[in-house]
Amino acid sequence: MVKLTTSLISFAELEEIVVLLQNASGFDFSGYSKSSLKRRIQRIMDLERMDVVDLKNAIINVESFQGFLINEITVNVTEMFRDPKYYATLVSEVFPYLETYPRLKFWSAGCSTGEEVYSLAILLEEYGLYNRSFIYGTDINSVVLETARKAIYPLKKIKTYSENYIASGAKNSLSDYYTARYDAAIINADIRKNILFSQHNLVSDYTFNEFQFISCRNVLIYFDLELQKKVFDLFYESLSEFGFLCLGSKERLVNHDIISKFKVINKEFNIYQKIK
Amino acid sequence: MPKADQIILIGGSAGSYNLIVDIIEALPLVFKPAIVVIIHRNPKYSTRIEELLSNRLNRTILQATDKEAILSNTIYFAGPGYHLLVEPDHTFSLDLSDFIQFSRPSIDVLFESAADSYGKECVGFLLSGANKDGTNGLLHIQYQGGKVYVQSPDEALIATMPESAIDVNKEATVYNNQEILSYFSRLK
Ligand SMILES: C[S@@+](CC[C@H](N)C(=O)[O-])C[C@H]1O[C@@H](n2cnc3c(N)ncnc32)[C@H](O)[C@@H]1O
Repeated sequence: MVKLTTSLISFAELEEIVVLLQNASGFDFSGYSKSSLKRRIQRIMDLERMDVVDLKNAIINVESFQGFLINEITVNVTEMFRDPKYYATLVSEVFPYLETYPRLKFWSAGCSTGEEVYSLAILLEEYGLYNRSFIYGTDINSVVLETARKAIYPLKKIKTYSENYIASGAKNSLSDYYTARYDAAIINADIRKNILFSQHNLVSDYTFNEFQFISCRNVLIYFDLELQKKVFDLFYESLSEFGFLCLGSKERLVNHDIISKFKVINKEFNIYQKIK
Repeated sequence: MPKADQIILIGGSAGSYNLIVDIIEALPLVFKPAIVVIIHRNPKYSTRIEELLSNRLNRTILQATDKEAILSNTIYFAGPGYHLLVEPDHTFSLDLSDFIQFSRPSIDVLFESAADSYGKECVGFLLSGANKDGTNGLLHIQYQGGKVYVQSPDEALIATMPESAIDVNKEATVYNNQEILSYFSRLK
């Protein structure tokens, strides 16, 4: 028999942890994709050298552990100008519509450490739309939002971000938008100005404004189909007429009647427009 | 097509592509399991392997899609840039978490989740490659009661990946290319 060295969590135990966490903290992960959630929990158990019993005890008895767990469960990997061609497509296919509005509200749902929000702000600035725009960046994870507000990123990452920016059909150099100090870069104040980051849970929180543009990229892959549906309803309610919904490159608006109320603007990058 | 009751995973990296093409060519037209191929590929040059092979081999090869049912008699490839996972309800899901063994998609991630979801109905093949991705995944498949096969390092173009798996995992069956191809040609 093959033996493994670490203590493994099973799907049944995962369910127990989800229920326990919901009762103890109010955060509901029951609609998350099981295998990815299981990997995340397993990762925490390995890091903290815990077995399932330790984990349960910590959730119930260690006050700071719940918050820690919730922040460690979520996957926060992101980049500026991730999928450069998506950003090029925004400029060519979405911005022409946005130009007709006197005031523009944007929502980046699941914005992680803020890179997506600043990428959008830079493009809006370049196309003369930023002065009439306001961007809300939200996430379930309070730690990443803190980083997003600081707008400071390691130069190592900025190198990739610059390459992405160039690949998106850049007008300038990314360095026009940040100030480098030692081994980090801070996004300039004129890009940071029309942005608010706040905590919002797509599972349990309601709509909080009406938007001309919502992007929710690489978040829905962590949700099962039922939860995805619920979130699509939330986005539908939160969009103004002819507002845009942009999903990640592997996320589609499917399995839901609401599709009939949207027009596909770009199939490759899953950009939709509310038409009804 | 109904959902597959058995899943056969094929993991490869550098030097495995030609053998994978041969495997697909060797397959009968009708077989019961789902076959999922995962090879390390660079997302910056995301050539559409699925389309290319579909046309060339004249059979349907799909890129595994988030939340889609895993079907019998179907060949899937893991797409570039995302980890591919198997869910307990026998659907796929994608994940953007950190690289594992310098890879995303990572063979370990796919193999481990498929093993947990299919138990002894999970079979894993590990082919040529230049890193150690797949070693943990194969262990996990065996731990859950599934069968594992490793390409003979003598025949692998780059032997690091199969050697790493055999080192850690004395119970793995080592197959030469002919044995691998005959396994797939006899698949029902
Ligand atoms: C992989 S990141 C995507 C970041 C960015 N949108 C991108 O595409 O690069 C996923 C983000 O979704 C957030 N998230 C997960 N569950 C959420 C929920 N229920 N409500 C809001 N955000 C959530 C995570 O905290 C994480 O920051």
